[in-house]
Amino acid sequence: MGDFQIDDTVDITDVVCPVTFVKAKVALEELDDGQILAIRMNDGEPVQNVPRSIKEEGHQILKLNANEDGTYTLIVKKVEEE
Amino acid sequence: MAEVDYSTLKKGGFMRQKQKDNFSLRLAVVGGTLTAENLKKIAEVAEKYGDGHVHLTSRQGVEIPFIKLQDIDEVKEELAKGDCKPGVCGPRVRTVTACQGNQICPSGNIDTYDIAQKLNDRYFGRELPHKFKFGVTGCQNNCLKAEENDVGIKGALDVKWKQEACINCGLCAKVCRSNAITIEDGKVVVDYDKCNYCGRCVKSCPTDAWDAESAYLVSFGGTFGNAISKGEYPLPLITSEEQLFRVTDAAIQFFDDYANPSERFKFTLDRVGREEFYKRLKEAYNG
Repeated sequence: MGDFQIDDTVDITDVVCPVTFVKAKVALEELDDGQILAIRMNDGEPVQNVPRSIKEEGHQILKLNANEDGTYTLIVKKVEEE
Repeated sequence: MAEVDYSTLKKGGFMRQKQKDNFSLRLAVVGGTLTAENLKKIAEVAEKYGDGHVHLTSRQGVEIPFIKLQDIDEVKEELAKGDCKPGVCGPRVRTVTACQGNQICPSGNIDTYDIAQKLNDRYFGRELPHKFKFGVTGCQNNCLKAEENDVGIKGALDVKWKQEACINCGLCAKVCRSNAITIEDGKVVVDYDKCNYCGRCVKSCPTDAWDAESAYLVSFGGTFGNAISKGEYPLPLITSEEQLFRVTDAAIQFFDDYANPSERFKFTLDRVGREEFYKRLKEAYNG
């Protein structure tokens, strides 16, 4: 994933809304502040909603990459709440 | 007992039932919102004066059926203690309906409840040649079915890309349903001739790389009863509340001035001609 040091990855292509967001959120909770998570997700509803939802949880979205197999990988930096 | 004036009763939201001397009491509800205090009082009145049930109407109202004629004044007083007011029916401005809007719903583009309250303060119960309905929906998902109403208000977003916050993920172009967004050399380009102001680019953006202002799309002349017809959108995007109310003032005044008794707005527009109406609307739009 080029510029970023990925600390963990999670694949949410095996679940559907609203579990997509829940699975990503659980994976983020296991990280420390400032660590970076790569989330692999499907095209369509997941890629249209999950990035925004994670941003609204307060985390920082660094990049969204389109993969060759039609999925997307979202690179997120965990931001702990104050 | 004094002669019963049904038209006065009806104006106050007491609707005559099939059963003699029984009325279904319609309550004033704005934007589908009631407080817990309202609900407690409604439940109490339904048990004490009705038959223990309430009806949720097709336009977000509440009715308490089986209120007896002789109890009407007492019921009004009782309801007032729970801050509940009678609704209206007949030839006047009806319940202003609304979805939850942007204070609750992630899809919402406007504060529908606030707009509904302001419309209610401005027009509710106003006497007109026939019934007149306002509905406010927060976005293009249109949960509130804006175009069913004589005047329908739909929340929109007036958008502008912010280059400095953009990570070039391309989601905005992907979610845009009117193909208004292209990405050229890392720059997001919006074709405003194609943009329908749905706000999906803003809602999907993971880095808030948009300036977005609440705006309104307004439809006129919808009716969904005996005749079914969608409201039409003759105006461009409305970008302020002040402009919105200028336009709604013009529409309701046109109806008041030109409608025949018992003629819905759509039929007034069909009869008088839309050109004159649209001319008035544009004047109001431009201020």
